[in-house]
Amino acid sequence: MHGLVNRSIQHFLTETYGADLWREAAAEAVLPPEGFEAMLTYEDAQTFLLIDVAAARLRKPAAAIWEDYGMFLVTLEPLRRLMRFSGVDYGDFLASLDELHERAELAVEGIGLPQLSVEMRGDGRVTLRHDPTWPGFGLALAGVLRAMADDYGALALIEPCEGECRVEVELLDAAYSTGRDFVLSARGAA
Amino acid sequence: MDGGGLQEVPLLGLPALAVLMPMAVWVGPDGRIAAAGPTITKVAGRALAGLGFAEVFSADHPGGAGGDVLSPDLQGRRLNLRLRGEEPLLFRGVAAPAGAGQGVIVNLSFGIRASDAVSRNALTGADFAPTDLTVELLYLTEVKAAVMAELAALNRRLRAARDCAEHKAMTDGLTGLANRRGFEAALARAASAARRGRPFSLFLLDLDRFKAVNDTHGHAAGDAVLAAVAQALRQETRGEDLVARLGGDEFALILPGAAGAEALLPLAGRMIAAIERPVAFEGQALSVGASIGIALSDALTDGGADPDRLLAAADAALDAAPRAGRGRAVRARAG
Repeated sequence: MHGLVNRSIQHFLTETYGADLWREAAAEAVLPPEGFEAMLTYEDAQTFLLIDVAAARLRKPAAAIWEDYGMFLVTLEPLRRLMRFSGVDYGDFLASLDELHERAELAVEGIGLPQLSVEMRGDGRVTLRHDPTWPGFGLALAGVLRAMADDYGALALIEPCEGECRVEVELLDAAYSTGRDFVLSARGAA
Repeated sequence: MDGGGLQEVPLLGLPALAVLMPMAVWVGPDGRIAAAGPTITKVAGRALAGLGFAEVFSADHPGGAGGDVLSPDLQGRRLNLRLRGEEPLLFRGVAAPAGAGQGVIVNLSFGIRASDAVSRNALTGADFAPTDLTVELLYLTEVKAAVMAELAALNRRLRAARDCAEHKAMTDGLTGLANRRGFEAALARAASAARRGRPFSLFLLDLDRFKAVNDTHGHAAGDAVLAAVAQALRQETRGEDLVARLGGDEFALILPGAAGAEALLPLAGRMIAAIERPVAFEGQALSVGASIGIALSDALTDGGADPDRLLAAADAALDAAPRAGRGRAVRARAG
């Protein structure tokens, strides 16, 4: 797992549950206390162990942790902006998810986000399928989709089917509310 | 385009043109703008229809007055155009005939400077055709900046960690003084400075009766004595002086400056006196003495350029100290 992803998980755990939880989980998962380095690569198993350990300590299912992580990512302004680039509205954004892997690779080669396929089934129903390389990815994705729906001002039902590596989305209203502002070029503000 | 033999596409309505090329401009055969796409209009900040193309745009390439956009020679070629105004905006353009006697369609794009143009005009994704990669270019620009920032931060962290590790490697854990490694590095630097005309003096110091303290009172007592010696030496030296513990009960000092024996011998005497003050440890008064050998860089023929020669001179002086009576400082002979 790329250091950037691991770092974002570390940041999520620290910000959401506190530095103590992070320290204890890192120790139990046999990670260095200062945590992950952004530009290095780590064994996948370390990441999954970390989440399992954190989940056990928090007495929550790992699935909930993954979804919360997804929602947390959208609270990071630089990440939220990068995601808003993919679509003018939420429908566009959903359709563009089949390029998610490539967009991420363009940014950081080797970051290795799973490939997604997008099936528009009509009536606002969208099925997203991902390859099984990353347990919990679908749940994290569901968290991202929920938060991005709010960001765009869309109303959507989001249902992860983790066991089958897919997420079902039903877009009920692309313009339910105003959503958040997004300017294409944030020069001077970035 | 492959029309299978058709030379002319059926007339494209202006709304369709606006969808496909929101930054296109239709220039009539009289050189006046017949219609302009929604995005170029937004960027220009005014309606463009009716204005002369050459009034609104100037051509950088092909240059100047020769840049007649209606000219058949220019069709299909890259044009570098400039929107006239207080802050000229640069565009890339290409012109193609609009149909018999209809003038040309000039399609425009921002090129590599997209970021500037987009922010100046507060453009959004909706201002570009879905096939236009300008937005992807902006994404790339932004994500690259974010990644570079992460790399820079990583670099800073690595450098700080390296500096910290280097410092630890040069420091004696017990006393906080430089260790032998740190001393050798400092001596090399001082020798280098001496070669450039900055003399210094070198003190080598051995403790007297330290072994006895260790043997009689144990290692913890010995450590307390060493810490006290370190403290005494720090107090007698200036900020620019280096105090090092070479190991065991050996210490060394590097004192930059041209002080001669008349200042250094008394200084060494004060150090020895400070070291001779008893150290309290667990109700006992522990006492050690010290001998010091001094060598001056400018007393050597090479001016201190060779650190080993200077060390040898200080060592020889140190050896001579006990013969002169314990608790003495001896200065090395010149040469």
